[in-house]
Amino acid sequence: MKSQGQWLCKGFSDSSRWIPSFMKWSAFLALLLFPVMAWAGGATQAMSVEYRDIPGIGSRNIVWVVAQQHLLLAGFVLGVPIFAWVCELVGWKTKEARYDKLAKEFTKLLTSAYATTALFGGILLFLLIGLYPKLMAYLTDMFFPSFLVYCLLFLAETATLYMYWYGWDYMQGNKKAFHLFLGFLLNLFAIGIMIVPNSWATFQASPVVVADGTAWERAWAAMQNPTWWPVNIHRLIANVVLGGFIVGAYAGVRYLLAVSREEREHYDWMGYVGNFIGVFGMLPLPFAGYWLMREIYQYNQQMGITLMGGFLAWLFILQAMLIGVLFLGANYYFWMGITHRIPGSEGQYRKPVMAMLIVLLLCLGVWMTPHSLVASLEEARKMGGTHHPLLGVFGVMSAKMTVSNLMILVTFMSFIMYWRAGKVETAGWAKAAKAIMGALLVLAGIAVVVLGVWGYFVPAIIRINYFSVAQVLIVLFIMITFTPLTALLMKSAKTTTEMVWGKMPIRAGYSLVLNAVMVILLMSLMGYARSSSRVHWHIYGVMRDTSEYAYSPALGYAAAFMSLNTFVFCLLVAFIFWVATLGDKAKAKANEGKPLDIAGHAAPAMAGGSPAAGEKLE
Amino acid sequence: MKGPIFNGAIILVGVFVFLKFLLPLFTAPLPASLIYLYVALALSGIMIFGTMSASSLEAFMGPIYRFLSGKGQSGVGQMARLAVLVLFPLLVGWQTYTKLAPSDLPPAENRTIHPAPPGEFVGLSNPYPKVPENIMMGKGLYAAYCSPCHGANFDGKGPAAPGFNPPPANFSDPGTIAQLQESYLFWRIKKGGVGLPVEGMPWKSAMPRWEEELSDEFIWKIIMGEYDGAHQSPRTWEEEE
Repeated sequence: MKSQGQWLCKGFSDSSRWIPSFMKWSAFLALLLFPVMAWAGGATQAMSVEYRDIPGIGSRNIVWVVAQQHLLLAGFVLGVPIFAWVCELVGWKTKEARYDKLAKEFTKLLTSAYATTALFGGILLFLLIGLYPKLMAYLTDMFFPSFLVYCLLFLAETATLYMYWYGWDYMQGNKKAFHLFLGFLLNLFAIGIMIVPNSWATFQASPVVVADGTAWERAWAAMQNPTWWPVNIHRLIANVVLGGFIVGAYAGVRYLLAVSREEREHYDWMGYVGNFIGVFGMLPLPFAGYWLMREIYQYNQQMGITLMGGFLAWLFILQAMLIGVLFLGANYYFWMGITHRIPGSEGQYRKPVMAMLIVLLLCLGVWMTPHSLVASLEEARKMGGTHHPLLGVFGVMSAKMTVSNLMILVTFMSFIMYWRAGKVETAGWAKAAKAIMGALLVLAGIAVVVLGVWGYFVPAIIRINYFSVAQVLIVLFIMITFTPLTALLMKSAKTTTEMVWGKMPIRAGYSLVLNAVMVILLMSLMGYARSSSRVHWHIYGVMRDTSEYAYSPALGYAAAFMSLNTFVFCLLVAFIFWVATLGDKAKAKANEGKPLDIAGHAAPAMAGGSPAAGEKLE
Repeated sequence: MKGPIFNGAIILVGVFVFLKFLLPLFTAPLPASLIYLYVALALSGIMIFGTMSASSLEAFMGPIYRFLSGKGQSGVGQMARLAVLVLFPLLVGWQTYTKLAPSDLPPAENRTIHPAPPGEFVGLSNPYPKVPENIMMGKGLYAAYCSPCHGANFDGKGPAAPGFNPPPANFSDPGTIAQLQESYLFWRIKKGGVGLPVEGMPWKSAMPRWEEELSDEFIWKIIMGEYDGAHQSPRTWEEEE
């Protein structure tokens, strides 16, 4: 146990000074052979083997990394088609070719990403069968019929993806509707591919075991476990967020590398769309997360307390930090968009932006305040314990729900402000509409805070069933009423300042990358939380983990693995992007020698290239 | 001396002074971890606002770049730059040393307040009806066995409370028993501090193992009396009729 994970921290650095290179290679090959030898040792008694291990690395660690990579890749592969299909649909409806181009650009990434996801899925399956044979035998017995459904869905998904991608150029014009239908089918099968294995994972946390009935009946009963649908909904929304922010990061990197104005404009616009979709998905995500936690708590008090009040509770403080950075990053990008893409608008929006920033920071301060504080002995004595008599009230769900709703409201208003920037409403009823919207916004904010404070003085069930739901409904009401109202206002609005694409500063590109990294870290963190809430059970209350790894790692150790998973996934995504854009590079090479569309664009933005001669890039 | 940097510095100092010195005038002092957290948030807000537009970036970062690059500086300006370039690494070094140097002080705590209860206590419900007689009996038992530490007003301020660190729980705080189900309290009272699980060790709880002295019936009635006396309700999944 002691040696487990040391490879992560120590590596080969100590030995590199004295071992000749051939010996290093020999040592490396021997290391690779360890698992083979370990497996071979257990081969003769295959039927009785419950666990196998990979010496030095640990079976749990390797499964942790591979499973997380598979899940993140799957999130990307399922999130991007939603993104691409929506873009294609918008392009078809608005007749704007750039949306179709964007959708196609991302579907191109899908083909290589899809294969990589399947590859990691295969590796994960082999590892699970090899390292956890007893558990896998049980799950196979329970879920075998669903394995068949999964295979069929995979076949359908693969065929649809090929037709969707390779038929893109062919199915234009009057065949476009059929292509859109294929995109719809692609997403439908993708959702099926997500929810079937979700049932296996959620069964491990909240099992429903039925002894009687046919194999199909037992599998169906096991699939319909209490946390299945909350996880399905949560993952579906999270995948849209992941897809949106990864698209944003891709656009951010391409923007930083752009050498021509056309490229700069295109990737600036793509970054905006990616950030918009990421934010759009992020707004309902806390609601879905709340529902999932509620179901877990209701299913089993022990599991709920382990997550929210027990040793995993600190993960939720880290979660608050990551979500906070994400909210700040997404809003920062919106605000920079206003000040840079709409010339002369800075003075007009300075005060509202400052007000929104202050509200976001105050909310984040409350969200990040733990129930019991990290304090030295002396500090704890002065406070009368680790629970602060005044700020301790921020540590419970009533406060967290209130501030998360307020942050969603502020972020939504950031988007509305961006939408209205550079335009003047001309409709006769515009003044009245704006006054009503302002009054509704203030009332909604007050109502959310009042319900949050009131929540401290009512029984928990009233707060959970009514107050929290009312807070969510108030925020949703604002979103649902403001969006069409603003759309109507903008329909007749006069544009005073045209939006100029390609003018964003370098830090905008970096903020898009930061948002993507935050989402990946967040998914790694919460994936670990959900999985480790089972503590020493493979299947909660049904099958105990009797391996040498039946303990929960220290939070610092887990955090190191989350970081490793984030890093590896970023490398994989970078590789996929690189492979997928090789064709573009070949085309660009073929166009070499042809004059650039504007002068002075040989250097990318990251290297200090400027949009036009004389224009300064910050 | 006006400008965004000056304003930012004033805000940061203001936040720090408020949290460190002014707030403790009205309530308990804040731990350093929380003060750093809030100051870091304020700093990030200043950075975000200061770098939002081209003009704000120039106003915010321009003087810093010019000062650090030393362009066009002479005399006092050069000396100040040199002082910053020497003192800043020294400050970082000193900070690192103080963090890493061996100390006889105990490390900061991140105590887990609500560990998960053992499986056998999950899902238990109070078998005794919530009637005035039972509540009164519970309050009487509470007065005899619990109030010396948890206080006659259920606020954790019993006569014996000052002798304990951490102090006894304050039941009137909505962050304590109001967040928990009755079965959780049953477990904590019955098994006491010694019955706590290993998760989140080391445990610090002087709570006696009351199963040695009290019957289950008494414990359930004490729970009823505690909730009633503290004006709180247990966490349930069904609404009371």
